[in-house]
Amino acid sequence: MLKYLLKRIFQMFVVLFVVSVIVFCVMSFTGDPVLMIVPPTATDAQIAEARIALGLDRPLWEQYSVFLGNLLRGDLGVSYMFKRPALTLIVERMPATLELVFLSILISLAVALPCGVFAGARPNSPLSRAIMGGSLLGISLPSFWVGILFIFYFAVEKGLLPSSGRGVTGLLFGVPFAFLTWDGFRHIILPAVTLALGTLAMLIRLIRAQIMEVMRQDFIRFARAKGVSWSSLLFSHALKNALVPVVTVFGLQVGSLIAFATVTETIFAWPGMGKLLVDSINTSDRPVIVAYLMIVAAMFVLINFIVDIVYTLIDPRVDLR
Amino acid sequence: MSEYLLEVKNLKTCFELFRGTVKAVDGVDFTLKTGEILGIVGESGGGKSVTGFSLLGLIDAPGRITGGEILFRGEDLLKKSEEEMRRIRGKEISMIFQDPMTSLNPLQTIGRQIDEMLALHTDLSSAGRRARILELLNEVGIPTPEDRLDCYPHQFSGGMRQRVVIAIALAANPRLIIADEPTTALDVTVQAQILKLMENLVKKFGSALILVTHDLAVVSEMTHRVVVMYCGKIVEEAPTAELIRAPRHPYTKGLLGSIPRITGVRTPRLPQIPGMAPHLFDLPKGCSFAPRCGYATERCREEVPAMRELSAGRRAACHNPVSTEKRTAGNG
Ligand SMILES: Nc1ncnc2c1ncn2[C@@H]1O[C@H](COP(=O)(O)OP(=O)(O)O)[C@@H](O)[C@H]1O
Ligand SMILES: [Mg+2]
Repeated sequence: MLKYLLKRIFQMFVVLFVVSVIVFCVMSFTGDPVLMIVPPTATDAQIAEARIALGLDRPLWEQYSVFLGNLLRGDLGVSYMFKRPALTLIVERMPATLELVFLSILISLAVALPCGVFAGARPNSPLSRAIMGGSLLGISLPSFWVGILFIFYFAVEKGLLPSSGRGVTGLLFGVPFAFLTWDGFRHIILPAVTLALGTLAMLIRLIRAQIMEVMRQDFIRFARAKGVSWSSLLFSHALKNALVPVVTVFGLQVGSLIAFATVTETIFAWPGMGKLLVDSINTSDRPVIVAYLMIVAAMFVLINFIVDIVYTLIDPRVDLR
Repeated sequence: MSEYLLEVKNLKTCFELFRGTVKAVDGVDFTLKTGEILGIVGESGGGKSVTGFSLLGLIDAPGRITGGEILFRGEDLLKKSEEEMRRIRGKEISMIFQDPMTSLNPLQTIGRQIDEMLALHTDLSSAGRRARILELLNEVGIPTPEDRLDCYPHQFSGGMRQRVVIAIALAANPRLIIADEPTTALDVTVQAQILKLMENLVKKFGSALILVTHDLAVVSEMTHRVVVMYCGKIVEEAPTAELIRAPRHPYTKGLLGSIPRITGVRTPRLPQIPGMAPHLFDLPKGCSFAPRCGYATERCREEVPAMRELSAGRRAACHNPVSTEKRTAGNG
């Protein structure tokens, strides 16, 4: 187990190193941040001065080694726009994104599990067909469109829910969260549902396919020959077996929800990491973008690791080595 | 109540497939008394498994039981609700499957899988169930059962898994056990052990056993009576010793030809019946076996032979049964 952990941690560093190189290279070839920072009236001399001050005049590999050195010290650079450490900016925004994603995941699971299991267990019933039709919609409709539709209907037309911002936040362990107050909770509903739709639809289809696959297997028939009831067949025999492959996809999905809540956050003006990313791209705020990508990459690697651990908890045949 | 534990009358099970209807079991009759061991033999595809699953009501769409009666202790199982059948499965009739590698849930410990059976069909307390599980595992020859309770199926060999399956099948002390090719997937050496084990346990527990197999050698050692199935129909039934000594249906004779004799030189296990069983979609007009039969006449190709009583306890569906006078040669 310890050997496995060490191996995974080593792998994690390799992945992050490669990502850092890629991110750094790509960023260096896109846009000139200096022009975004200096005032429009700046002279050539002032621009050159700014370039030197930012260290952008030095050769690429030197810029990278400085970047990597800082990275290892936990210093991801200072935002050009906000003049504050990029890492701090992102960490400040993280709770907003995390609570949004967390609620979306809860919604997805709460809907996808029963729907997927039912559609898989009774594939020919009209309700299953309705579920499958709905999930197809959920997969094919783009979230920005659904988000705008939600805003139009629930916020503009009916005036039921607020459509922008995070509302009043409450503190938990000194961190502000919207879901702790009624106002904040009302604010989070629309973006969370919007964000959940795609994942939810995909999970329904995946769970259904897995359940159908498992229900065909011999051990299910053997359990039936034991006199096991239908519900216990589904939930205590089939579901767990069906979830083994679902866990992987789910893990990746959580990662992309965190990373790419961007669109939803932008539409609902949700002050999370995604919105920060979009703003930073608009202003070529390179340190923030790089820091964001590095953090997201680290998160993906971490989630993958957690997925592997969850695997071993579900499936005794998986051997960590 | 009748003298029989089980009476199957004119059982018909069909599969409605896109290409047409497959009559996998087509008018099967047989009976079974308490404590009796009945063999069902025949080549693969003959409808043996479907017969077994039909008895338990485990036929899924596109399959359907289209007719007949299954009288178990005098009550027709085909008239029972799913809920009533659920209480019969495992408790009254249990089943052992062909492949022990796939019969057990890979994500549950074997202790839990045996416990499930006991929890469903007995009133034992959890401590009582645990004691019974250990007793069962001991019974089926699994050494140090205490250490094995928390093992998962993948930690067992095929033979060991089949022992666990047998323990599950026996757990609620059923009156009837259906074993569908219980040793086909196992090594030859393990096969004999498992069969011996089943025979002993069935005797000890006083259950009746239906042993489904394609191997007449297995049947000859264990069963009291044999039913031979071909293309969904029973073609011959006889007490085991008589059937082995003097088969009356040419198909049975063909099957017997593939058994190595116990005395003398071992004959190689060659397929003794020429050709292949016809597909159930397009059965020949007369006797299904006629195209492969050395005794077939014009009548066999035209008219389906009816089941006839040949002597007490012996019947065959054949226009030209093999004569009992002329003893069949050693290698069929
Ligand atoms: N699930 C199924 N769907 C369609 N046809 C089936 C199904 N199960 C069995 N059959 C048909 O029933 C016939 C008998 O099968 P089976 O009882 O498994 O044979 P056996 O056990 O004697 O080898 C097969 O030839 C097959 O065509
Ligand atoms: Mg079979």
